[in-house]
Amino acid sequence: MSTVSTTLHRVGDRFRSLPRPAKLALAVLAVLLVYLLPIINPPLITTTDSDFGAVLFSCAMYALVAIGLNIVIGYAGLLDLGYIGFFAVGAFTVGVLGSQHGKLPLLLCIPAAMAVTMVSGVLLGAPTLRVRGDYLAIVTLGFGEIIRLVLVNTNWLGASRGISNIPSPPSIDLFGVPHLVWNGAVASIDLGNETRFLQFSVTDSIPFYWLTLTIVLVVLFLDWLMQNSRVGRAWEATREDEDAAELMGVPTFRFKLLAFATGAAIGGLSGALFATKQAFINPDNFTIIYSVLFVAMVVVGGQGNRWGVVLAAALLTWAPEKFRFLSDARFLLFGMALMALAIFRPQGLLPPRRTVRAKQADEETEVLEEGVAHA
Amino acid sequence: MPESTSTGGATGAQVVAPEPTESVPDTSVDITVEELVDLPRGKMLEVDDVTLRFGGVKALDGVSFHINTGEILGLIGPNGAGKTTCFNVMTGVYQPTSGAVRFMGDPLGKRQKFQITKLGIARTFQNIRLFHNMTALENVLVGADAHHSTGMVSALLRLPKHRAEESEGLDRAFELLKFMGLDRRANELARNLPYGDQRRLEIARALATNPKLLCLDEPAAGFNPAEKVRLMELIQTIRDQGYTVLLIEHDMKLVMGVTDRIVVLEFGKKIAEGLPSEIQDNPAVIAAYLGVDEDAS
Repeated sequence: MSTVSTTLHRVGDRFRSLPRPAKLALAVLAVLLVYLLPIINPPLITTTDSDFGAVLFSCAMYALVAIGLNIVIGYAGLLDLGYIGFFAVGAFTVGVLGSQHGKLPLLLCIPAAMAVTMVSGVLLGAPTLRVRGDYLAIVTLGFGEIIRLVLVNTNWLGASRGISNIPSPPSIDLFGVPHLVWNGAVASIDLGNETRFLQFSVTDSIPFYWLTLTIVLVVLFLDWLMQNSRVGRAWEATREDEDAAELMGVPTFRFKLLAFATGAAIGGLSGALFATKQAFINPDNFTIIYSVLFVAMVVVGGQGNRWGVVLAAALLTWAPEKFRFLSDARFLLFGMALMALAIFRPQGLLPPRRTVRAKQADEETEVLEEGVAHA
Repeated sequence: MPESTSTGGATGAQVVAPEPTESVPDTSVDITVEELVDLPRGKMLEVDDVTLRFGGVKALDGVSFHINTGEILGLIGPNGAGKTTCFNVMTGVYQPTSGAVRFMGDPLGKRQKFQITKLGIARTFQNIRLFHNMTALENVLVGADAHHSTGMVSALLRLPKHRAEESEGLDRAFELLKFMGLDRRANELARNLPYGDQRRLEIARALATNPKLLCLDEPAAGFNPAEKVRLMELIQTIRDQGYTVLLIEHDMKLVMGVTDRIVVLEFGKKIAEGLPSEIQDNPAVIAAYLGVDEDAS
């Protein structure tokens, strides 16, 4: 386990030490490869029992969720166990504005969904961010359930029937991209099976994947900009020691609220993408188990490392689909894998570099102290 | 600017610092803040008849004293006398039950902690409270951010304000790290620094907020005598750069040597105030503090 992440870190290091043009070229190549995944259908990675394009869309969507929740948990240190609530608010805002009570085009629905979730984040955060730690976890847990119960019981929101006919993004049909089929190690082009660029429809998930992946990349960049600024430092200082941060001039409450609202907006954005992809949503899509899964993604990935949580989100979404043939046993294995990770690698797959450095230094000190004790 | 600095975590580029050797403060660095040079003489901070009750316990009982601009005031007293509580009232951690604290003539009132820091009071902690999983440089940057106003929007758009504040903060932070002898350890995590460096980093972080009044809560705790002497010299240098210093310290000999005036607390009450030489001979102080336990340090 730890060798995996050391290797990943080493890859990261080597990448960073490359000259700038090479770095750029490699990055473009990697991004291109990720975009083309559903076209290439790489034999070992592709899922045979479910539509690979749909699985990849889920991976990208949950990656977005994980990036948002990572701001709340990883940077600001606020344990949010009701993140599905924001996801649901985003999805239902799109549903209400685009289908149930209006005919707004999707491109207007999405920013509206983000705004509404941001407001809901502020409304939830303003009273609750005054409590800390465990209490906040319980309050947010309640929030997630309240949202779901309100959805089930409100006719205006479609109650348990949910909302259907949610609009798709506007299509611009330019050209078709034929898929690859693999016969062992030999690939051939399947002209009978192509994805129209860019035609959003219920039958083909790949354009939705491309859209979501693009949004993920943009949000990752914004996340980087934010972390490397006064805002990111204030979040981390608050996480480390709230009282000390306050006494060093950080308005901690304001920054916690900002983290909450930013996280909520990103959660709402992913919910909106989910709604438009599914075209149909009902309250059963937003049960509490998803909140737990989201937290698992952040913890497994390594709290505070954006690449780690993206990796974990993709992995935790892809694995159950890949091993669908194991039927129910896969959930048992999934749970066992999570437990093993918690025991052998509590800091997550790819913790922020500083956690790794700190751990190494701690081990060195420990060895030194033991050496003294035995002498 | 952001490309070349270690303000970030996993992906932030790191400043390559040379191998750490022994930390030697470079006190020739000028860390003065411009506005400090012409501070009006007189009372910088007044503690006026402050009482603080926790239920039935009077932690502070009608305490009054003041700090003059540009002096080093020692606050001493036996354990549990209320010294740190006094700090907490002055920095907004506790609201006094009665009485008031005035900073440059202006009552602190119900100001929040971070607002008081912005006014110009900074402190360190008796038990070190650094941001342990951030680097030394980032710790100081957080302090420097106290007077910055970059928000989400200017950070995301990398507006000129963000750039200006970021480079100003970095300059200030490196200056202070150098002054404290920590510049070689800028990129180390605070938790991995040796104990003495952690104490000095706390002072650097507090200075980064551009305070007019620097409150040090037992900065030399756990130091050996030689280190204590060096720290006291450092504190005097800080004062000479224009800062006013309030110092809680247990070691009587040091307090006598470095402070201009001394206030003595016992059981939440002020029992003496005066020049070090006066305090030394004050019978009440000797009874309360020195006489009872010679080794109170």
